Amino acid sequence: MENLNLFIRSVFVDNMIFAYFLGMCSYLAVSKNVKTAFGLGIAVMFMLVITLPIDYALETYFLRPGALAWLNPEFADIDLSFLSLILFIAVIASATQLVEMAVEKFSPSLYASLGIFLPLIAVNCAILGCSLFMQQRDFGSAWTATVYGAGSGLGWLLAIVGIAAIRERLAYSNVPAPLKGIGITFIITGLMGIAFMSFLGIKI
Amino acid sequence: MALLNNKNKSVLFNPLSKNNPVIVQVLGICSALAVTAKLEPALVMGVSVTAVLAFANVIISLIRKTIPNSVRIIVQLVVVAALVIIVDQILKAYNYEVSKQLSVFIGLIITNCILMGRLEAFALGNKPWPSFLDGIGNGLGYTIILAIVATVREILGSGTLLGFKVIPQALYDAGYENNGLMILPPMALITVACIIWVHRSRNKDLQEKNN
Repeated sequence: MENLNLFIRSVFVDNMIFAYFLGMCSYLAVSKNVKTAFGLGIAVMFMLVITLPIDYALETYFLRPGALAWLNPEFADIDLSFLSLILFIAVIASATQLVEMAVEKFSPSLYASLGIFLPLIAVNCAILGCSLFMQQRDFGSAWTATVYGAGSGLGWLLAIVGIAAIRERLAYSNVPAPLKGIGITFIITGLMGIAFMSFLGIKI
Repeated sequence: MALLNNKNKSVLFNPLSKNNPVIVQVLGICSALAVTAKLEPALVMGVSVTAVLAFANVIISLIRKTIPNSVRIIVQLVVVAALVIIVDQILKAYNYEVSKQLSVFIGLIITNCILMGRLEAFALGNKPWPSFLDGIGNGLGYTIILAIVATVREILGSGTLLGFKVIPQALYDAGYENNGLMILPPMALITVACIIWVHRSRNKDLQEKNN
């Protein structure tokens, strides 16, 4: 029940795009049509589900103050948390590389549709941001962390598919010349963000 | 070699307006928006990004001939991550309050697209000194946009600037109220859109053809 609550909150209330602006760069660059936007969204969600449990394990057994106590009680006062940034980004970068190779080998059709996005994901702030939020929030178990990752990924997917659908329609409208392209996309995202704020305070 | 010949000058000053990283190249939006509810964290963020960008540019440019092409992204990430950790620790030591407000966004400098973009596009093909200037220029361009957005949002949203009251009490007595909407995340996007609007109506060649 608690996990379901967390899932729904991370999709709608703590939406990665509208509440934290994470992953905006690829969100703005790859939202010209729904099909590619959907591909990128799926790839991001997939990577979040893979990297969050790994980062959770790293955090619990290695980085947290006193986390090394399971190796040897003498290590109990070692605090390695300053290493978390570099380790998290290493996990994300190597995971993207591995997933890219695996997808290329086992499912060429999926690779053809996702392939070009996978390298982009290593530098997508949504992935690293999600790991950092996970570290801040102190989740109880790896499962909770995975649920959080899946929820954030789905929220990101929703946002990018939504903006891509709007931008497809926008092709036929008459936008002031200086706002064309990136300007109007910013404004629409802002308005979508205001709409998403109506989910604030949801409790299940 | 003069330290600031014409080419280097354009490398340093172009990113301030004509080739601004945020509103023209559209890089590094994530952090640009999230930290701009108040001016102080926005300035700290701008300075941190400028420092990391300049030094990462220099380091990558120094080792650009020894990096194998296939692993260059990971090498860049590691260099940037190391620099960001240093900035993060310095902030925690000397300005804990702001460091707490910025929370994860200092860490997210690692995945700030400005860094990746400049390292790939400039530092990998240029000498250390121009790379350093390019880093400083792009960092300043980023800081300027952050400062404008944060100033607008702080004055309209909280009636303060850097924590000092700027809206006179008489206005409040006459019925003026702070616009709470400006504090909320979506208004950052709309503020940036307005900056883009003004900037592009003055620089017509930057306007895009399609929606």
